[in-house]
Amino acid sequence: MVVELYLDLLSQPCRSVYIFAKKNNIPFEFKHVELLKGEHLSEEFYKVNLLRKVHALKDGNFTLAESIAILLYLSRKFNTPDHWYPSDVQKRARVDEYLSWQHTAIRAQGCNFYRTKVLMPLLVGKPFPAERLERAVEDLKSTMKQFEEKFLQDKPFIVGNEISLADLVAIVELMQVTGWDVFEGRPKLTEWRHRVEEAIGKELFREAHEVMLNGWLALPEEQGLPPTPKP
Amino acid sequence: MVVELYLDLLSQPCRAVYIFAKKNNIPFEFKDVVLFKGQHMSEEFGKVNPLRKVPALKDEAFTLAENTAILLYLSRKFNTPDHWYPSDGQKRAKVDEYLSWQHTAIRAQGSKVFLIKALVPLLMDKPFPPEKLEGAIEELNSTLKQFEEKFLQGKLFIVGNEISLADLVALVELMQPVGAGYDVFEGSPKLAEWRHRVEEAIGKELFQQAHEAILNVKDMAAAAAQLDPQLKEKLKQLLQKNLK
Repeated sequence: MVVELYLDLLSQPCRSVYIFAKKNNIPFEFKHVELLKGEHLSEEFYKVNLLRKVHALKDGNFTLAESIAILLYLSRKFNTPDHWYPSDVQKRARVDEYLSWQHTAIRAQGCNFYRTKVLMPLLVGKPFPAERLERAVEDLKSTMKQFEEKFLQDKPFIVGNEISLADLVAIVELMQVTGWDVFEGRPKLTEWRHRVEEAIGKELFREAHEVMLNGWLALPEEQGLPPTPKP
Repeated sequence: MVVELYLDLLSQPCRAVYIFAKKNNIPFEFKDVVLFKGQHMSEEFGKVNPLRKVPALKDEAFTLAENTAILLYLSRKFNTPDHWYPSDGQKRAKVDEYLSWQHTAIRAQGSKVFLIKALVPLLMDKPFPPEKLEGAIEELNSTLKQFEEKFLQGKLFIVGNEISLADLVALVELMQPVGAGYDVFEGSPKLAEWRHRVEEAIGKELFQQAHEAILNVKDMAAAAAQLDPQLKEKLKQLLQKNLK
């Protein structure tokens, strides 16, 4: 029985799990859980993940939530190449450090921005409140500064010379705020993004992000809205 | 050269690192970084952790932030007993799962209750509206419910029959609102029993020692009263930002 992955590619953590599994040719069954249809709230899904969140994994009787846990589980079970989670203790610690920090940093600010700019108009049918968006952008800018200065610095990837789980988890979160063009005016970040895309494979990267990017295009055009502050 | 651990035991993640190192007899140098004196904002500490947060580790030229990363690094470098981070793939995954979830759950809600109940009165000129505290407590209770139903369930510890990093990290976080005067264990016998088991596994004396600072609001009040005005202003701003 193959591993089942419960995903909605609208969600950043789902994309990291999806990309990781596909890139490493890990056999799995894609179980689509549509967030916008509330499928994560079903009784059936509750048996897979008591937290009622996508991403979730089911391996026989074993169920697992949290993308970091899932990524690590898959890397161990399927013995993926070392660079994803290096066996070198200090490099591994650097990956752990990023994966820990990002929860309340890039992920949190990115989600906040996405919710304010995209989800609210889509779901509620009302335009986003300008002050909230401005605050979300300020927080995001501040986090991006930390990311570039502390985690990326002048290196090709977050840890060493090869892509790791840290880069993967980072890129899917940054892609969520793509409507703000977080990469604009940040040449180092843009170069890093291209390297990560190449390492993943452009086709797989595009495929994984299609659903979410279409969400940006579905944003209703409304007149008289305040412009989004520049990156 | 021994490992240096930069800590302030008022901070939950610092307590987890401290307890783990002491319990496993890991030789280290305790580098005191007093948050109430703004020492985490110094130039010197900035070289150890540019994120300017405790805990931080320095192992010769290697510096590391984030307590999950530090705990895992220490467990690997010093080959600590298996139960802390089991080699069994599925048990290990369950520890990872908890360590990941807790950032925006128990840690977030527990901190918020502590900040509003304990720090606001010490740092701000006027009290927060009571509904804010009520709201924070409600969120914490809701998170505790998830903790019991999803992570603890009917088990002795979060993962299996022995204490792991998950229990350690969970308990130090839950002690934060306790320090502020909100007893999260009251009204939940299962949670209280789990707490006792974890304390026993750590060792009551070590546990008490690690929690002395956080359980002494009077000392915190004294420290706050002596705050440099510039620092106080900075801390007030941070507090406001965290409690938006």
